[in-house]
Amino acid sequence: MSVARPLPHDAAREHVSGKARYIDDIPTPSNTLHLAFGLSTIAKGTISQMDLSDVLAAKGVVAVLTAKDLPFANDVSPSAHDEPMLATDEVHYVGQPVFMVIATSHTHARHAARLAKVTYSETTPILTIEEALAANSRFEDGPRIYTSGDPQTALISAPNRLQGSVDLGGQEHFYLEGQAALALPQEDAEMVIHSSTQHPTEIQHKVAEALGVAMHEVRVEVRRMGGGFGGKESQGNALACACAIAARLTGRPCKMRYDRDDDMIITGKRHDFRITYDVAFDDTGRISAVDFIHYARCGWAQDLSLPVADRAMLHADNGYHIPHMRIESHRLKTNTQSATAFRGFGGPQGVFGIEYVLDHVARATGLDPLIVRQRNFYHDSTPATATQSTHYGQKVDDFCLNALTDKLLASADYSTRRAEISQWNATSPILKRGIAYSPVKFGISFTLTHLNQAGALVHVYQDGSIRMNHGGTEMGQGLFQKTAQVAASRFGVPVSQVKITATDTAKVPNTSATAASSGSDLNGMAVQAACDTIRSNMSGFLATHFGTAKDQIGFENGQVLIGHDNTMSFQDAAKLCYENRISLSSTGFYKTPDIEWDRIKGQGRPFYYFAYGAAITEVVIDTLTGEYKILRADLLHDAGNSLNPALDIGQVQGAYVQGSGWLTSEELVWDDAGRLRTHAPSTYKIPATADRPKVFNTALFENENQQATIYRSKAVGEPPFMLGISTFLAISDAIANAGVGVPMLTAPATPENVLLALTQG
Amino acid sequence: MSKIHVQTIVNRDPVEFLADPRETLLDCLRDHLGLTGSKEGCGTGDCGACSVTVDGTLISSCLMLGVEAGGKSIETIEGMAQGEDLHPLQRKFIEHAAFQCGYCTPGILVAAKNLLEKNPSPTETEVRYWLAGNLCRCTGYDKIIRAVMDAAEEMRGAA
Ligand code: FES
Ligand code: FES
Repeated sequence: MSVARPLPHDAAREHVSGKARYIDDIPTPSNTLHLAFGLSTIAKGTISQMDLSDVLAAKGVVAVLTAKDLPFANDVSPSAHDEPMLATDEVHYVGQPVFMVIATSHTHARHAARLAKVTYSETTPILTIEEALAANSRFEDGPRIYTSGDPQTALISAPNRLQGSVDLGGQEHFYLEGQAALALPQEDAEMVIHSSTQHPTEIQHKVAEALGVAMHEVRVEVRRMGGGFGGKESQGNALACACAIAARLTGRPCKMRYDRDDDMIITGKRHDFRITYDVAFDDTGRISAVDFIHYARCGWAQDLSLPVADRAMLHADNGYHIPHMRIESHRLKTNTQSATAFRGFGGPQGVFGIEYVLDHVARATGLDPLIVRQRNFYHDSTPATATQSTHYGQKVDDFCLNALTDKLLASADYSTRRAEISQWNATSPILKRGIAYSPVKFGISFTLTHLNQAGALVHVYQDGSIRMNHGGTEMGQGLFQKTAQVAASRFGVPVSQVKITATDTAKVPNTSATAASSGSDLNGMAVQAACDTIRSNMSGFLATHFGTAKDQIGFENGQVLIGHDNTMSFQDAAKLCYENRISLSSTGFYKTPDIEWDRIKGQGRPFYYFAYGAAITEVVIDTLTGEYKILRADLLHDAGNSLNPALDIGQVQGAYVQGSGWLTSEELVWDDAGRLRTHAPSTYKIPATADRPKVFNTALFENENQQATIYRSKAVGEPPFMLGISTFLAISDAIANAGVGVPMLTAPATPENVLLALTQG
Repeated sequence: MSKIHVQTIVNRDPVEFLADPRETLLDCLRDHLGLTGSKEGCGTGDCGACSVTVDGTLISSCLMLGVEAGGKSIETIEGMAQGEDLHPLQRKFIEHAAFQCGYCTPGILVAAKNLLEKNPSPTETEVRYWLAGNLCRCTGYDKIIRAVMDAAEEMRGAA
């Protein structure tokens, strides 16, 4: 069988040879035009005058368009229709596209875009959480509130009670391939779009609106992305629409890619949060109630902020059974980039909040933070029991963190190392080490229930080769390889017999974004359904032809087994079926069963299942400079029956490093005028090779999914991101070990913030 | 501005192209020579996705002008395999699944090859520091380092 094997990535040979094509590598006709946006230089105000004559006169410029030149819709928002592609008269953030330049080269377009003379009448921007609250600048009419139990009474009657607040920074996606799109006008009204997007159907939809045509006139193709991480769920809409409009206008192919600076200045990022808490607990560290307030800075447009903030609320318990909970969530509208999806989609912020609280409780009680965590866990499920529910009423019937943690503590040698570290610290006045454990329980499914569907299209050709297509997109997570393994397994053939093809809205329609970690869960099942229809057609015919029962036909090792003593190669079987007029092509469809969710009440079963994991990180900090290093990380993650352990381990490690980066070196800084000052890798630091833990142990936890997912595997894209929280907690532990009672460390824990926390003690 | 005629050697073959004097070597490779294996990740010398060697020196091709390449010998990812035979580093990257989206991969392979030519037995720390200028957002670097160490060992065995 091809599933569950560590097979290399589908286009491995192309990748190592430099032949794997991304959007900007696709050969284009020589008359291709290139686009760039002119950007707002102020955070809030109205455009009083726009003089674009120098732009138009610049070398290579073919046309310049503003909002009033757009023939149809001027909207690139995913749903709320509040995001004009080009500003109308108001501007809402520094970096907002105001006009677009169409030129003969990328450099000409960018150069010309700098020559505009735009005057604004400025008003005071709303940039911070305080300013937004003061102005009541928000999405939705007021905060969303989810409550379980009776937190008010529990807080008042508890033996111990603590309050606190923590600020948590945002994060730039820094997909190595920036946003890019290419539009190729066809002979009639049709437009073909190549886009670096996680959501081809939405690109199709927005381009159709922008061109004033039906969706069937637009075909979107995505072979691969150079990283997505949520940043290509909605942020590619503007480039695709701009290219389509320009291509329609000029009749020529049009391409647009953001330079890194433009990409960072224009596009949305992870939501930064302030989380305040009020927690009740007993002397053993057992928590009875928490009251959280989440303040999310959403930027200027709604984008995906509501489901992101919802998911933060849904993860405010992480792996802990807290009988009384209240979460109040404010979605604040500010004059900054529109915060968007980013791996974990609000989950990491929610998880971070409760982990911060647990550390505070541990320090207050003087207990090992690990023990406090274990005492508050949900019960591991046994096949018969599902006794505990989350604060939104979903039964936690697949919990496994108790067992998983025991296994990790043993393999990472936690207790011995903790004792060693404390001895070492006693002899080291300047350098201090810290160690921390953190778990994750992450809900799998789109919380907007109707998105949990997928389609596939599979053909078997008369020579036995197979061509597979589905609505999921490949951004490096290995989805194409995994689904090809599924198809190969269904037909019992080697995976090399399955041709993987680019995602294409003309082949599979109405797809959901490849997001919410759902790629292989949804598309794997849809591919399986398509394969099984063809298999059934083949078996039915072969059974009749050879005079046996349909259930006596099997597919394995490249052979079709017919009854007890007859076999033929899959290739011969395909040929025979073809010659006997048997259909060898099928669509497949899947929708996740058993989920329902009321986001206003905050009640239901939003998730089909949970994925789990845990990490232990050890760091050393320099108490004079605030600098630190990760010495060792041990990760144990639950991928169910992994479809491909090599790809999954890669995902787990990459997610951990990205999660650690979020909470350590990756700092976004806006100035008082609302300008993002960290808009290039020179000032915005994602982890590099030297930041990788010196000792890095990663393993998958054996844990078949209780739900009937594809080969009982589990989604693995987002959950391990939260393992990076252990890095932050380890730094905090090192600060505590330096004699600071309760470290008040802000995220990201830059050396400056570490120093600050050290001096507060 | 008038274009300048540039003659150079790329992956052991003599080539010539016309370049705007302001174009980077990266642009020239990608747009004039069709060698799109070198990627732009930042355009400012900070990510390493555009790594190539010029007369044996590892550089960021986004920081060098195309016209400066005249008379020099340039090696890119496209020249790494000998025909159908992959370089040991390329094979090891596949074996260790040392990439996910693959966008950083060409630059990292070029940089790693340059390291092993200068230092056939690097320590793990030396590999990490040599590759410190090559960003990868997907893998967490672990498999990349392992693949380079493994390739170095194999190449030492073969030498
Ligand atoms: S593109 Fe040259 S270093 Fe990033
Ligand atoms: S594999 Fe995606 S950036 Fe390295």
